[in-house]
Amino acid sequence: MKDTLLNVKDLQTAFFTDSGVVRAVNGVSFNLEKGKVLGIVGESGSGKSVTAYSILRILVDPGKVVGGEVFFKGEDVLKYSKREIRSLRGEKISIIFQDPMTSLNPVYTVGNQLMETIMLHTDRNRSEARQRAIEMLTLVGVNDPEKRVKQYPHELSGGMRQRVMIAMALACEPDILIADEPTTALDVTIQAQILELMQELQKKLGMAIIIITHDLGVIADMCDEIIVMYAGRICERGTSDEIFYNPKHEYTKGLLRSIPKLGMGHIRLKPIGGSPVDLLNMPKGCAFASRCDRAMKICLTNQPDEIAIGPEHMAACWMNVKAVYDEAADSGNKQGGDDK
Amino acid sequence: MWKYILKRFGLAIVTVFIIITITFFTMNAIPGGPFEKEKAPDPAVKALLEARFHLDKPVPVQFWYYLTDMFRGDFGISLKTGRNIMQTINESFAISAKLGGIAALAALAAGLVLGSIAAIMRNGVFDRVIIFFTTLFVSVPSFVLATLLLLVFCLKLAWFPVWSAESHSYFLPILALALYPMSYITRLTKSSMLDVLGQDYIRTARSKGLAETKVIFKHALRNALIPVITYMGPLVAYILTGSLVVETVFTIGGLGSKFVTGITNRDYPMVMATTIFLSVLMVVATLISDLIYKLVDPKISFD
Amino acid sequence: MNENDRIPKKQLLSLQLDLSKFEPASDEEKEQHVHMREPSTFFRDGMKKLFRNPLAVGSIIVLALMIITIVFAPLIVPYSYEGMIEVDGVRDKSAKNLAPMTYSKREQEAIDRGEKIFPHIFGTDALCRDYFIRVVYGARVSLAVGLFASLIVLIIGLVYGSVSGYVGGRADLVMMRIVDIIYSLPDLLMIILLSVVLDPLLKSSIANTSLEKIGTNMISLFIVFGLLYWVGMARLVRGQILSIKKNEYVLAARALGAKGVRIVRKHVLPNCISVIFISTALQIPAAIFTESFLSFVGLGVQAPMPSLGSLANAAREGLQSYPYKLVYPAVAICLIVLAFNLLGDGLRDAFDPKLRK
Repeated sequence: MKDTLLNVKDLQTAFFTDSGVVRAVNGVSFNLEKGKVLGIVGESGSGKSVTAYSILRILVDPGKVVGGEVFFKGEDVLKYSKREIRSLRGEKISIIFQDPMTSLNPVYTVGNQLMETIMLHTDRNRSEARQRAIEMLTLVGVNDPEKRVKQYPHELSGGMRQRVMIAMALACEPDILIADEPTTALDVTIQAQILELMQELQKKLGMAIIIITHDLGVIADMCDEIIVMYAGRICERGTSDEIFYNPKHEYTKGLLRSIPKLGMGHIRLKPIGGSPVDLLNMPKGCAFASRCDRAMKICLTNQPDEIAIGPEHMAACWMNVKAVYDEAADSGNKQGGDDK
Repeated sequence: MWKYILKRFGLAIVTVFIIITITFFTMNAIPGGPFEKEKAPDPAVKALLEARFHLDKPVPVQFWYYLTDMFRGDFGISLKTGRNIMQTINESFAISAKLGGIAALAALAAGLVLGSIAAIMRNGVFDRVIIFFTTLFVSVPSFVLATLLLLVFCLKLAWFPVWSAESHSYFLPILALALYPMSYITRLTKSSMLDVLGQDYIRTARSKGLAETKVIFKHALRNALIPVITYMGPLVAYILTGSLVVETVFTIGGLGSKFVTGITNRDYPMVMATTIFLSVLMVVATLISDLIYKLVDPKISFD
Repeated sequence: MNENDRIPKKQLLSLQLDLSKFEPASDEEKEQHVHMREPSTFFRDGMKKLFRNPLAVGSIIVLALMIITIVFAPLIVPYSYEGMIEVDGVRDKSAKNLAPMTYSKREQEAIDRGEKIFPHIFGTDALCRDYFIRVVYGARVSLAVGLFASLIVLIIGLVYGSVSGYVGGRADLVMMRIVDIIYSLPDLLMIILLSVVLDPLLKSSIANTSLEKIGTNMISLFIVFGLLYWVGMARLVRGQILSIKKNEYVLAARALGAKGVRIVRKHVLPNCISVIFISTALQIPAAIFTESFLSFVGLGVQAPMPSLGSLANAAREGLQSYPYKLVYPAVAICLIVLAFNLLGDGLRDAFDPKLRK
């Protein structure tokens, strides 16, 4: 194995609500190598954000990691003490959140919140931390950083705030940056700017990125690897190219069909029908079956396993099993025919 | 900011003026002048008295006299004791201020601490005990609470002396006055703290690697305080009206008990003066709490 | 799980695979696949939640028991709240300040003669009246005051708030400025003031009417509630309407051409009704508190009509000798207020849309 930074094994996270146990993440495994960009795609409720929170152990009641392991540089962070996990957060693994409007504390200045992180994880004093904060703000492209550090979050625009969040996350040069829907709450033009900034910073600082989104289109040319999640499970994973040009799960195909493309002419966009599965009442079999155009009887009764499609491509869909079987049967028939 | 302060100040002055007007005209609406109750006063004496108190003039003129006198600190004299009302207020308010001030601070301090504890340890034993007692205390009228405390701790157990000229024990009156607002503040702090702890910026603070104590005391508490600040006005109002009850029950000669005596004796000038005095205090308290609110919460724009 | 349902994991390519399982599933089969949760209405969901809350259920039981008591006790207990106890049609002056469940000298004689005398469950007061029936009537008055005052507040607040919120613009601005000013008046002091003044003013006008019994103080209490206390409700209603007016679904309804009245009835009201209802429930204990406070300063109901507040206040005399006279009405007030508070909290937890997940 190459430089594996993060290794998640069979992660299971559940929310113990009044109405029942919600299995938000149900056996998710993946690797993240140094300097790579991993995309996790899925609709809301698919468990992608919960996966990220589980890694950093910032789940709130009633959520709990109930199984699996998360290795960071070979150490299981789920077994870390409170002190150990705190020195991981913000220093080695940082996270930025979906809504920059609410993710910064309204009663403290931007500078105060930036310096807090810096002073927590490094031994810089106040003025050095301030210097570093200004440096970071310059790095993420905030204009007039000397003035900005004295401002309150509500005085900044959404895009500016997300830049501040990125500056805060990168201030201690983490090994991994988790970006949880970093652009969802922003205007389209700002979205592009933020993504561009993240790519640029990734090249400059060389950290690994996990980017979580519901919009496949957004991360197309950014990711080395993409994981598609549905109802707490991984349904397909592979290199960006494989996922885009050779999708092997009906859900992934559905997602791709629903992305508008320039120059598509009059081809109608095809949204995925039905509504997301009720996590409180998970059906047996494949969770996507009821919305799947090509569902088979087996999909309704048996949960498909992930099977390899290619060297860097896995999918959990019975269609692939059928395809393999059909192929085998075909060639069998052919062989039989030849024999005669 | 200055614009807001001015506007808020203007509203306070208007409110005070309205209170004075309501007080004056409602009191004037009471049929029969103060000197008609006495048994057939000598007409000459009556005329003299009425002239002395401007009662021979039309009501608006009387109002003008009342206003100008008031600004000179003259509320007239009590119908019962014949003493200068301003003097009485001066003397008795010292006691009330001490009592109420300590009670308000105690209620605030205890309420904030207990409320935060209850929020942090929610659904724990401590939380349940705190919420049980605070729910109970907000359901007991202040005079019942005061009377029960007096009965049990002064009269039956004799742990504390009954209030008299020689022995001042502030403990029970303060307790009687502070329990209700303390319970209210506890519940308010708890719900506001819980609300804040569910906010995104708390998640951000945790994801930075901050210790839980820092998350709570730096990031959560200051935001959770904002709703509590808006309760400052009502708190002062509660303490002031509560003092009417508590001082009467514990026979403390503060402004509150003077007010109640004034009501029972139908001592109208006294009731008027005390109403205005207490109202102004409440308006000022609300004004101050509003201004603090704006200072603490940078989100609020100053327009 | 039967044998066929097993995941054919290992023998992927073995030809034992059940081919029929790879046939396309029909739409009905897919439909059955997702077990939809039972459709539940907002109301039913809330009621379920409410009845799962032991404190709320306890409060409902306590309130129900109290209401049953105050409705039926006067029919059973043969004493009146205003008259002295009589033995054989003669006023019994020895029945003064009896301890609970004891009899006066003359009653004892009557019992010895074989007559049946209804026990004085809570004893008697200084005017030889049965204390239990007075507490029952007191609870009646206090509850009635609470309910009626809340109703006044609800009606005025609802009308004012919805007009202000719905009309908006300059009218809203003026209406809310008025609310601001009334809001900043010290309500209890104003109530005291108005009660002091209205007492002599109203006395003559209600003489010899049915209103005389409840007394001028109660009427002025209601007037004051009608004048001052509605502002909180008006603000609440206006805020609800404004926030809902801005909501996408109302915009959508308006865009589809729905009329104003229809929008209010179909979209606005159902969404704010729970909040308003909860606030009204919590207004009742506040009104009972105010009434008991007024009784304390001597501005409560007209004697001999009792209220819980006036009973507790009267008990302060002779407190050391007859502490139980304070305890009964005090416990009754606390129970009522506590029950309403807990019920209000329970309703809020169950019905407030903001708290629902």
